[in-house]
Amino acid sequence: MFSNPLIYFVVIPLLMLGGLALCRNIKQIRAVAVTGSLALTALSVWLLVDYLGLRAAGVDAPMLYTGSWSWFTPLNINLSVGVDGISIAMLILSSIILLTGSFASWKIEPHTKDFFLWLILLSTGVFGFFISIDLFTMFMFYEVALIPMYLLIGVWGSGNKNYSAMKLTLMLMGGSAFLMLGLIGIYYHSAPEGQPLTWDLLEIAQNDSISRGWQHFLFPMTFVGFGVLGAMFPFHTWSPDGHASAPTAVSMLHAGVLMKLGGYGCFRVAIYLMPQAANDLAWIFLILTGISVVYGAFSACVQTDLKYINAYSSVSHCGLVLFAILMLNTTAMTGAIMQMLSHGLMTALFFALIGMIYGRTHTRDIRQMGGLMKIMPFLAVCYVIAGMASLGLPGLSGFVAEMTIFVGSFEHADMFHRVFTIVACCSIVITAVYILRVVGKLLFGPVYDEHHLALTDATWWERTSTITLIISVAAIGCFPNFFADLIKFTFSPSIFAVIGMN
Amino acid sequence: MEITIPILILAIPLFMFLLLGLTGMKMSHPVAGILGTLGMGTVLVLSYITAFTYFFSGNPEFVAESGERLQAVIFNQTWLQFTDSLVIKLGFLLDPISAMMLVVIPTISFMVHLYSLGYMRDHHGVYEHGFQRFYAFLSLFSFSMLGLVVATNIFQMYIFWELVGASSYLLIGFYYKKPSAVSASKKAFIVTRFADLGFLIGILILSYYTGTFDFMSLTSAPVDGIANVYQVSELTAEGVKGIFTNSAAPIFMGASVMTWALVLIFMGGMGKSAMMPLHIWLPDAMEGPTPVSALIHAATMVVAGVYLVARLFPLYLMEEAALNIIVVVGALTAFYAAMVACTQIDIKRVLAFSTISQIAFMMVSLGVARPEFHHGVGYMAGMFHLFTHAMFKALLFLCAGALIHAIGSNDYTAMHGLRKYMPITHITFLIGCLAIAGIIPFAGFFSKDEILTACFGNSMLWYVWMSLVAGLTAFYMFRLYYLIFWWKEHKVHEGHHAPHDQPWTMTAPLVILAVISCVAGFVPFGTLVTWNGEPMFAYEGFFTNLAHLDWSVAAISLAVAIIAIVIATVMYKKENPLPAKMKNALPALWDWCYHRFYWDELYQFITHKIIFGCISRPIAWFDRHIIDGAMDGLAIVTNKASWAIRGLQSGRVQMYVWVYLAGALLLGAITAICLL
Repeated sequence: MFSNPLIYFVVIPLLMLGGLALCRNIKQIRAVAVTGSLALTALSVWLLVDYLGLRAAGVDAPMLYTGSWSWFTPLNINLSVGVDGISIAMLILSSIILLTGSFASWKIEPHTKDFFLWLILLSTGVFGFFISIDLFTMFMFYEVALIPMYLLIGVWGSGNKNYSAMKLTLMLMGGSAFLMLGLIGIYYHSAPEGQPLTWDLLEIAQNDSISRGWQHFLFPMTFVGFGVLGAMFPFHTWSPDGHASAPTAVSMLHAGVLMKLGGYGCFRVAIYLMPQAANDLAWIFLILTGISVVYGAFSACVQTDLKYINAYSSVSHCGLVLFAILMLNTTAMTGAIMQMLSHGLMTALFFALIGMIYGRTHTRDIRQMGGLMKIMPFLAVCYVIAGMASLGLPGLSGFVAEMTIFVGSFEHADMFHRVFTIVACCSIVITAVYILRVVGKLLFGPVYDEHHLALTDATWWERTSTITLIISVAAIGCFPNFFADLIKFTFSPSIFAVIGMN
Repeated sequence: MEITIPILILAIPLFMFLLLGLTGMKMSHPVAGILGTLGMGTVLVLSYITAFTYFFSGNPEFVAESGERLQAVIFNQTWLQFTDSLVIKLGFLLDPISAMMLVVIPTISFMVHLYSLGYMRDHHGVYEHGFQRFYAFLSLFSFSMLGLVVATNIFQMYIFWELVGASSYLLIGFYYKKPSAVSASKKAFIVTRFADLGFLIGILILSYYTGTFDFMSLTSAPVDGIANVYQVSELTAEGVKGIFTNSAAPIFMGASVMTWALVLIFMGGMGKSAMMPLHIWLPDAMEGPTPVSALIHAATMVVAGVYLVARLFPLYLMEEAALNIIVVVGALTAFYAAMVACTQIDIKRVLAFSTISQIAFMMVSLGVARPEFHHGVGYMAGMFHLFTHAMFKALLFLCAGALIHAIGSNDYTAMHGLRKYMPITHITFLIGCLAIAGIIPFAGFFSKDEILTACFGNSMLWYVWMSLVAGLTAFYMFRLYYLIFWWKEHKVHEGHHAPHDQPWTMTAPLVILAVISCVAGFVPFGTLVTWNGEPMFAYEGFFTNLAHLDWSVAAISLAVAIIAIVIATVMYKKENPLPAKMKNALPALWDWCYHRFYWDELYQFITHKIIFGCISRPIAWFDRHIIDGAMDGLAIVTNKASWAIRGLQSGRVQMYVWVYLAGALLLGAITAICLL
């Protein structure tokens, strides 16, 4: 079991939990958090290199590093792991955000230890989710990632935190209920008559034994279930309140990684296992996600709280992820995964910066601030870069992801897809409006509040956090083909032949 | 050709941007400025070498046996692969127009780098705050602009198109503490972004139906009856052409999708090149430092739209409708901007509207160009005017910068009668005015004359219309000239702080550009830049242009210009009541011109009242109250329902017994009824 490298993505966080339990002071806590997340980052980078080596050597199994250990035999539940290019991309994303999130919560108070315990537990769930290929284990890790959110927001949050924590948890739990139904349904149709049932993703995909009728029932279940976490209209309202109340690192992890669980799940479970239904029903969800894209962007235009702006912007950007997945072709799906990476990194950067600004000015209302460029140039410049990434400036990650999505979406020649693609394209203008509105008001112009003049610029741990994220965003933006190739390989399996994917 | 030099042309400005952007704050001001200037100087030399090699080396890579100039791809690196055929590559394309731009951009950019060493200081020689940042952004802009013109495919162009937009945003908002600069930069970015949406959709349509982004594949399709535009074709030429001629090609709202694609792509060009109605950002962009206005908003970035149309010209030729739209938009814009320029007080605004008008000239020129008429003289003329205009408009802007630097105000009302105090600025500004007015032998004469010839060949209407605009141009430029340097003498100019000419770093660019403005017209453009690469006439020496003038057109346009200048002289040379009388005679017209025909107010209304007021706010309200209200409502219903049924669990045994008995009786009754 321990010879499989993937298992360490769960083992390291568990060790971190143990280490944290023994910690006596804040320095030790920081040391554990940073060491652990550095180890995870190193592991994911090593995995990437090794994976590319294997692929270059001609290994063409859909999943590599597979392993399976029995867990609960009567129901065929296993701890099965395996990764492909997409999961590796997600693992790298998660570990980078955990690392930068640890730096961003350098001075979290009170109950520092408990905070980190819950945060690490949450990331255990995240890592577990991305390496699992057993539906049941996947779902379990999914829940492990969701529950700590309630406490993290409820205890360390700000503003109307009890309401937000409750709302977020209940809405996501509601999604889980759909998901649970869907997954159990899939399990009972996972194999042809007379053969043992299975939770294993790859086997289910190979068996292809879910009838079209059942697919039509189970696909919406799973897609909506994951879609709630992906902030799909009209199930997105947990996002503005939840993000606004959450502490910095939690916002970062939530928007950066947890919302990606939704997109990843939609792709990995809903579409991968039920391609026929995906083909038949995509139009319904295309309408919903198409609405998400422009609706979120328009809403962001008139918000005054920095976190609300960013939360609505996330609705728009994550809407684009699901939108692209539903286009059901290689280019658009590649774009969707790149958008997940891109959005994860830049939104984490945004939330980190908002947290840092809030920590200084004690307000997130853009009407109460102005001219921060003069006061805290480093943070302000980072904010401008994050904004530029968000509005799709070439050289940063947003551009390549969006363009891949648009080009992929345009491959559908019928009027319905064309119209929705063009509607989605319009978001690039609206995004520019709300980003520049914030940048112009918050960072430029005269200093609004004289008291702010005494504030200081970023500390070293804040710089570490933001610079790491900016480098990652620029890396995707400057060398997109590396990531596109990494992702694209996954779309080759014959499973997609069903829906005529090219 | 070796790839070292082309790579360096792009790499040096990028490196300078990173160097100055990351470590600039640690450097002293002059070091940063001189580093940036030296970097640009190196690029200047390398670009000249490249352009010279392209035009004059006779290398078979660049010139065919027949004397036709070819397109040459120096390098082309895959950057992002969408599908097998749709690939974004980053490359370096050399052809007549990109080689020409390799002369224009580094020349102006270097002049501006040099000029800014003097300009970005106050009168005591103290450098402005953010001096290093300024040079970093200038380098970023130069990099992006060079990348744009050498693009080998339309997506590479789009990438750099966005980058020039961003660097323009950063430079307009350079004085970020000034709210007007911030809103101007925002406006510029959003308006051009809106236009880019059209550009993007145009690219998507074009690439979907042709299956390629590559310029050479796109433009190498044979046009009926005319030889191949360019030699190389990776895609089957029939493929692209088939889309245009195939009657089965999809029709959308009465026009073929290709017309749509080309018009949408032109929309991107309208945004960057400030064509009406997307021009509103350019006058506001004057909030940026004046050298920036000279570089970006007069000479280089704003002609990107013209360059885009020229780049795809063979495609536009296949769609008459798209070309006609270009002509109409260009002609209206030229006239509109010239009218407005006659009434503005801020000298930079006058120059900005003049720029809009002159770019519209180039657009019209491309739009009226047809291969049948004089080997497509319109195309050549448009590019020629781009070249000469870049030189004299940069000169005018740099002069304006010198004036603003000396006076500390943008309005001519604060200037008047400066000719004695600033003789060098006076002479160079006059040369610029003569060039733009089209007086022989200055640069503008030749290019404008070619444009009018091309209009003449297309239709009488456009010829008369554009001649009229040319007359207006001469009028408003000399109005500006007299109001700055003549009119009356200000007393405030005398004394210790009398305005004076600038340090050499500022004077040298003025003089160099003035010299170029005097001689640029003699460049035999017809042998260098033509729509299909075939020289219009044999190269016989540097001054062959004169011999190929159409004197019947030239004489008329010269006469128009001189009449306009005479009128301006009468009205503005000495202080007199004529201008005020004119204004009072036609108050409505003057008012509309002065307020730029209220375009800004219209946009203000659309964005604030309609987009924010009628779309964004209702959506935000809907989200908070309806969608979120529904979710909260669900929670409230659950909660209320629990409270409501909670009374049933009262814990009183008597109550339970009563309910039990009532239930039992009810069941008994039902059973009895059923049995009976």
